[in-house]
Amino acid sequence: MAATVTTTATTTGKTWGGGNEPMGASYGKMMMWFFIVSDALTFSGFLASYGFSRFKFIETWPIADEVFTHFPFLHGVDAPMYYVALMTFILIFSSVTMVLAVDAGHQMKKTKVAIYMLLTIVGGLIFLGSQAWEWKNFIKGEYGAVETKGGAILQFVDTDGKRVSIDAFAANIPSTRVQKTRSNGVWFEESNSLGEHSVEEVIAGFKANPDILIRTEWIKDKKKTVLSREESLARLQDAQIVVRGADLIRNEYGHKLFADFFFFITGFHGFHVFSGVVINIIIFFNVLLGTYEKRRSYEMVEKVGLYWHFVDLVWVFVFTFFYLV
Amino acid sequence: MAHSHESNVKRIWTVFGLLSIITIVEVALGIVKPDFLFKTDLLKLNLLNWIFIILTVVKAYYIMWAFMHLEGEKANFRWTIVAPLVFLIIYLVFILLMEGNYVYDVFHGSHYKWIF
Repeated sequence: MAATVTTTATTTGKTWGGGNEPMGASYGKMMMWFFIVSDALTFSGFLASYGFSRFKFIETWPIADEVFTHFPFLHGVDAPMYYVALMTFILIFSSVTMVLAVDAGHQMKKTKVAIYMLLTIVGGLIFLGSQAWEWKNFIKGEYGAVETKGGAILQFVDTDGKRVSIDAFAANIPSTRVQKTRSNGVWFEESNSLGEHSVEEVIAGFKANPDILIRTEWIKDKKKTVLSREESLARLQDAQIVVRGADLIRNEYGHKLFADFFFFITGFHGFHVFSGVVINIIIFFNVLLGTYEKRRSYEMVEKVGLYWHFVDLVWVFVFTFFYLV
Repeated sequence: MAHSHESNVKRIWTVFGLLSIITIVEVALGIVKPDFLFKTDLLKLNLLNWIFIILTVVKAYYIMWAFMHLEGEKANFRWTIVAPLVFLIIYLVFILLMEGNYVYDVFHGSHYKWIF
């Protein structure tokens, strides 16, 4: 059609008369694709800026498989990446059920479309739950660390290089530490949460346990440097704050930006999954009501399918750049 | 519509198998981290990371071509989508990573010192 356009009056009428589909794609599908292109560029911007910060602090950046080591029901077992790999499978599988729904839609099989849509929604919900669990572990933290005056994170290891939790060695010094809030004073703005252990307790406990060493953020030969006992004691003099888990200001895993990027990128992706699930639910009910049966076309399922696959596509990249590389 | 109404179920499961195998290979490599890949650098990035990135692009290709059905669209529509993405992402990543590396060099080699 489009290839035969000339400027004669008769064909102009046909070209602009409606019903024309440039590049062989319907309006809705093309606009969904263009939205996906712009959203893909947004995510590339985030991941590229993650890469920028990581290259900037390449010598001190946290090592991902030392951070994400949890797996449900395997408490205390070191399981790097198994869980995110599982999440990846869940999302890829929900992508498969989605594309099967689209395929069933082409053949106008209403029940099949509905079943596959439902499976996709369930997959999306499982993924969201997994991500919530991942966030919970990340925020709660496991070992704890101290932050120095200069903002460096010091972690604790035993002589074999295994991580030691501050709970395991912190001394118990009776004190009357009080969490101040804004209502305590006119000029007082805010303070850090007190936490379970004070810096004094951690230092005292460290001195009392000669087989604990400090691990710094510095990476040498692909491994974080562990200080000698003397260096550790000297380094600990700079300790200012006990850090537990992660928030947007500091985290026990290392560089401050690491947690910020984690929350922002996986959070933004999780938000996409969430909206994808909501849209899928709406379309699922439309399928049940027979809306597309009446329309004689399941193209709407195809369009939400595009969005759902895009969410999977982004996760493939987040998985690589956050957990693998 | 550009594509026919025949069933693609077999193709879908093949692609699912491929994506699964690639993911398993990625995770296995990520856990084992063979030294000869992990400690050999090519253009400031170790070979293992190059493998991860290439496998990811392969996965992205299969998701976009098979699941998002780009293979069934007209060529001009396909390239309207893919060409801007490929060009802009490579451009952005190149610029930001070069800049990040430059800032690292400044921190590392100039008067700025990490004194804490």
